Amino acid sequence: MHFGPHLLLAALEGLVTSAVLALTALGLSLVFGVMRIVNVAHGEFFMLGAVLAWAISTAISGHPAIGFVAALVIAPLLVGLAAFLAEWLVLRRLKYNPESTIVATIGMLYIIQQLALTFYGPEARPVEPPFSYRILLPWFGYSGYKLSVVAASAVLLVITWLVLTRTKIGLIMRATQYDRETAQAFGIPVERVYAGVFAVGAMLAAIAAVLIVPISQAHYLMGQDPLLLSFIVVIIGGLGSLRGTVVAAILIGLSDGIISMFFSPTLAKIIATLVVAMVLVFRPQGLFGTTPR
Amino acid sequence: MRDASPAKTYALHIGVIALLFALNFVLPDYHQGLFARIMALAVFAMGYNLLFGYVGLLSLGHAMFFSAGLYGAGLTVYHLGWGVPEAFIAGVACGALLALIVGLLALRTAGVAFMIVTMMFAQVFYLLILYFATWTGGDQGLVIQQASRVFSIGGTSFDLTDPTVRYMSALALFAIVLLVTLAVVRSRFGRVLVAIRENEERTKMLGYDTVANKLAAVVASGAICAASGAAYALLFGYVGSNFASIQYSILPLLWVLLGGAAATLGPLIGTLFMYYVTDITSGFTSAYLLIVGVALILLVLFAPKGIMGSIRERWLRWLT
Repeated sequence: MHFGPHLLLAALEGLVTSAVLALTALGLSLVFGVMRIVNVAHGEFFMLGAVLAWAISTAISGHPAIGFVAALVIAPLLVGLAAFLAEWLVLRRLKYNPESTIVATIGMLYIIQQLALTFYGPEARPVEPPFSYRILLPWFGYSGYKLSVVAASAVLLVITWLVLTRTKIGLIMRATQYDRETAQAFGIPVERVYAGVFAVGAMLAAIAAVLIVPISQAHYLMGQDPLLLSFIVVIIGGLGSLRGTVVAAILIGLSDGIISMFFSPTLAKIIATLVVAMVLVFRPQGLFGTTPR
Repeated sequence: MRDASPAKTYALHIGVIALLFALNFVLPDYHQGLFARIMALAVFAMGYNLLFGYVGLLSLGHAMFFSAGLYGAGLTVYHLGWGVPEAFIAGVACGALLALIVGLLALRTAGVAFMIVTMMFAQVFYLLILYFATWTGGDQGLVIQQASRVFSIGGTSFDLTDPTVRYMSALALFAIVLLVTLAVVRSRFGRVLVAIRENEERTKMLGYDTVANKLAAVVASGAICAASGAAYALLFGYVGSNFASIQYSILPLLWVLLGGAAATLGPLIGTLFMYYVTDITSGFTSAYLLIVGVALILLVLFAPKGIMGSIRERWLRWLT
């Protein structure tokens, strides 16, 4: 293959990464923006979504599409339930103290990871894609499923944006984010909003995982990379900024795809992590964010 | 200010050191080895406690200081054939230098950003170890041969592979670091650190250079953690990238939380307790991480002050 098509392939792969990353990072960003806590277990909710997707799609016989659709509906709901319980049993009792919640979510990370290892095992297992249509480009054929992942992610991002800006629920969430105490004084059930946001954040990660699992397999350690990349995206995009998160996800996904196709993936990660650490040190509000209140 | 009774406090600490010394002669072989490991790692936890307990800075990247010491000592022995004392000093120097650089950058941030920045620097350090696998051995690690772990001081030869020598070396390091941290936290400098933890703005207003004090604490903490790493490499003869992974940044946090933050004996108690809990439970389950996870959550929920913190609150109010 020549350089041009090679670059196109790398860009397409990067776009798929971006699409999944944007959803995962959006979940992290919502939780941070509204609740002001850093959820270190976010990557494990992602992994849980993928593992459950495997379990559901193997339990259902028939056409792979039926199992996949079932997984796409059920897995995020189960993950949302788990997150809701974690919020209710642990985070609420810690009064959302930023440092205690980090320690507690590290604890959750280990618990979820160990449970996945015990019940799911150390193997990586694939999920069959719902359809296997190949789009033929002049230089190479490209999986139609991968492109549909990008489309699905875009639709979900638009829906989230509409919910946040055009509905009452979104208004309540933004009010809570803006000023928790005033919101409470105006009769907003802040604790219920927090529980809902934490569950929705985890569900977004789970949806992203179900979408990606037919491409890359389900594995109990698969939550590590999305967690780190989501952090990077959220920081570069500016904490709590939806537009910034999406732009940063595309930027990181594309550059990750292109750099790791032409250079060593480890080197790509080193550079990306270092750049982000420096952004956080010298421009804490992110590249697109505004100064925090 | 707490009622200061230095005599009682020092007597307790020296008593603990004496007890550990005596244990060498009564412990069975297996537990003697385990205790040597625990003492070396308790030094790591003490270095972490200096920053987390006394200054209130929660770092999620201390594995980089530990592994800076580990590789600083291990690689100089392995590649350059340095002797044990020189390699140990090299390890500590690497950790202190890294802590200076990281401190200068990371202290520009605070709170959650400080945690994430330290975690990311540690991740870069970890990836660099993997990237330069030709020299570091990558995730396979390097084994330091017995011959390069023998050294002599004043004509007496010490072999670090001998269990008793290893135990006593770990104890010596532990005792020195314990007494030094005790002296540090009781000093003027230590009180300024606690003042920063309690109210940084007010400390600044009283005329203290809080940034310089915090930087000094980061460097001291990094150097102590590196000393632990260097000792670990030389005592147990193995360096590997596993020690630089995020898990080794979380473990000292767990040990300190368990033992009690801002208590000089807390890190030892926490490390000892956690090591034996894992050792006993690993007899009937391999779910070691589950225990770590449950312990972390229960600790922040029900015992945020840890074992020593609770003891101090109830009975030993004079303890530092």
